[in-house]
Amino acid sequence: MAPENTPPNSRAAAPTAPRSASRARRVYMVTGGVTKFAKAHPAMDFRLMVKRAYNQALTEVPNLTREMIDGTRVSYFSDHFSRQLKAASMVHDYLGMNPKGSVRIEWGGATGGECFQAAYEAVASGRMDVCLAAGYETMSRVATWKGNEFIALASDTNYDFPLGGFYTGYYALMVQRHIYEYLRRRKFAHISDEREAQRLATEEGSRVMSWVSVKNHLNALHNPYAQYPKRLSVEDVLNSDMISYPITREQICTMSDGAAVVVLCSEERARELTDKPILVKGVGCGTDTMRLADRPFGSVPLLPHEKAGDYADLAYPGVHSFRAGRAAGREAYRHAGIENPTRELDFVELHDAYASSEIQTYEDLGLCRYGEGYDYVLRGDPFLKQVDYPFDLPRAGAMPVNPSGGLIACGHPVGATGLMQAVFAFWQLQGTIAEHFGDATLQLDHPKRGAIHSHAGTGSAVTVSILERGFP
Amino acid sequence: MRAPPKTFEEFRQVQAELERSGAAIFRDKDGFEALVIKSPYSIQYIHSYAEDTPFFLGLAEGKLQGSKCSGCGFVYATPRSHCMVCGEPTRWTELPRTGTVHSWTTCRFGSEAFLKETPYNLCLVEFEGAQSLLLARLKECTESEIYIGMPVEARFDPNPKYSITDVWFVPAGKRPPTSSPAPPRRSRSASRRAPPTPRNPRLRKPARAAGGTRRKGGARRADRSR
Repeated sequence: MAPENTPPNSRAAAPTAPRSASRARRVYMVTGGVTKFAKAHPAMDFRLMVKRAYNQALTEVPNLTREMIDGTRVSYFSDHFSRQLKAASMVHDYLGMNPKGSVRIEWGGATGGECFQAAYEAVASGRMDVCLAAGYETMSRVATWKGNEFIALASDTNYDFPLGGFYTGYYALMVQRHIYEYLRRRKFAHISDEREAQRLATEEGSRVMSWVSVKNHLNALHNPYAQYPKRLSVEDVLNSDMISYPITREQICTMSDGAAVVVLCSEERARELTDKPILVKGVGCGTDTMRLADRPFGSVPLLPHEKAGDYADLAYPGVHSFRAGRAAGREAYRHAGIENPTRELDFVELHDAYASSEIQTYEDLGLCRYGEGYDYVLRGDPFLKQVDYPFDLPRAGAMPVNPSGGLIACGHPVGATGLMQAVFAFWQLQGTIAEHFGDATLQLDHPKRGAIHSHAGTGSAVTVSILERGFP
Repeated sequence: MRAPPKTFEEFRQVQAELERSGAAIFRDKDGFEALVIKSPYSIQYIHSYAEDTPFFLGLAEGKLQGSKCSGCGFVYATPRSHCMVCGEPTRWTELPRTGTVHSWTTCRFGSEAFLKETPYNLCLVEFEGAQSLLLARLKECTESEIYIGMPVEARFDPNPKYSITDVWFVPAGKRPPTSSPAPPRRSRSASRRAPPTPRNPRLRKPARAAGGTRRKGGARRADRSR
């Protein structure tokens, strides 16, 4: 048989220790800007949206001028949404950045997170001293269900899309199995009637997902940039339209228009520009198969604070967990020198496109063990101490997750989302939430370190970046 | 001379006006006005199934094929022409007509192309002898009847469209729609006393499943490499 052009061996492709970490320059975030996310911003095109976020970022650091910016990384997810190819060039152009270097970043739902890391790499490598990461999406230019079609085209068009290609459907398949693994086979293991046990488990899973939705929408009441801040009850969430069983409308983020920018720079530049720089302490990225059907059934790649015995019976990741999220977390933690994220992180802004994926992500990031995600919510760990939720939460504030309101409440203009998380995390670590939100409620008490997490379609790619206060 | 487009302050009204006249002005709350027009975008793609071709031709003959790695023996229920574990080429292998539901959902909404078909069920199917799954529509049953572990069997479109939708699954043993409704299944499910585990041993965690050398080359190697 003729020699085959074989893909790289999976062993070689597995994530390893960050080879570059020791040689990389330290990279700091010095400013950011974000537009209010909205269902539609018809009075602004994508260039103007980015320009507004950019103006905000530059206004806040008076010493930073356009001339000091060495180049840009520009992100948007889909050309279909604006029917304008090479739109990233137009953003770079509109900001007056020519002839500096630029490239467009696209990586599905993780587009914004990848853009952040691309800018990090430009500075860490020494290629640039100051790099602008800018992202946007204008999703209002097509009808919602057409937008869902564009997003679903980010699934295999031979085997997945023609079946009814619909991302909520894919996440429903994943959470159904998550519920089966961790609620049916544990909490409801004593029930012998299989269908009854599964029905009860799904009911319980749906209830917990609703708590997450209530949390994020309530947090967002104090965030003026959020698209859908609101006070909801668990019943409101459960009784909202069933989109794809068991996921309801209020457990899903929406289509949005919006833009966000971040400026990253070298240590020397950071000291010149601000007395409140934030260090990018670690970056990580992981991937998985595009098709859910291809995900393997193996062992859990462990974090330093976990033991193999924790998961003796678990076939991993299957479709119930995001191996890409675990791989991204492992790389970022190692890079940042984090042994135990539950102790060494003060908050997490994670990609809750679905309430279900927020719960799955707690486990991927090691905030709790695999299987403990539901109890983690019910105990209250990811809630804020200072917000009044309609629940009894003994551990509220232990690990605030999505203090900003997350994607569910802030919106998800894909190319901007991962950068929006960086901006909110930056303000948290600077201690400037009150000044930016006009409301101090969401400001955590002197947080030292936070993680941001950006996630692409069905967990096919995930980025995690660790940000740390870089001043006394 | 054409009269200027009508002005609206609600984006919804702008969208409705576009359907009527093709142009409208949106005025935002700061008084800024934007002219909005309709801009159609339609493409007919020339889509080749390329190396996946035998799968889709097979469906038209009522044949469900996966692929088996010539190197490590990994069996894919959704075919790949090269193995993701070891990189070797795969061979076509016929899958059983029956499998079990690994996970499922009922979509009440969908993307625009499929809205008219809602509600529809999707399921991931496990097959004996395969280490990966197949995504498919699940028909002839409703939300309250479906459960993980449910036996299902393949049906093929007698008028194939050369699409993955040429195959779908129905509950195993389901009678043709013309016969009387199936009896209640309660007694059957109540008799399932065994502790719930994935039905296909190949989809259990490899370390504790019997599987021999083939398994070592399979999912386990992919994960242990970390």
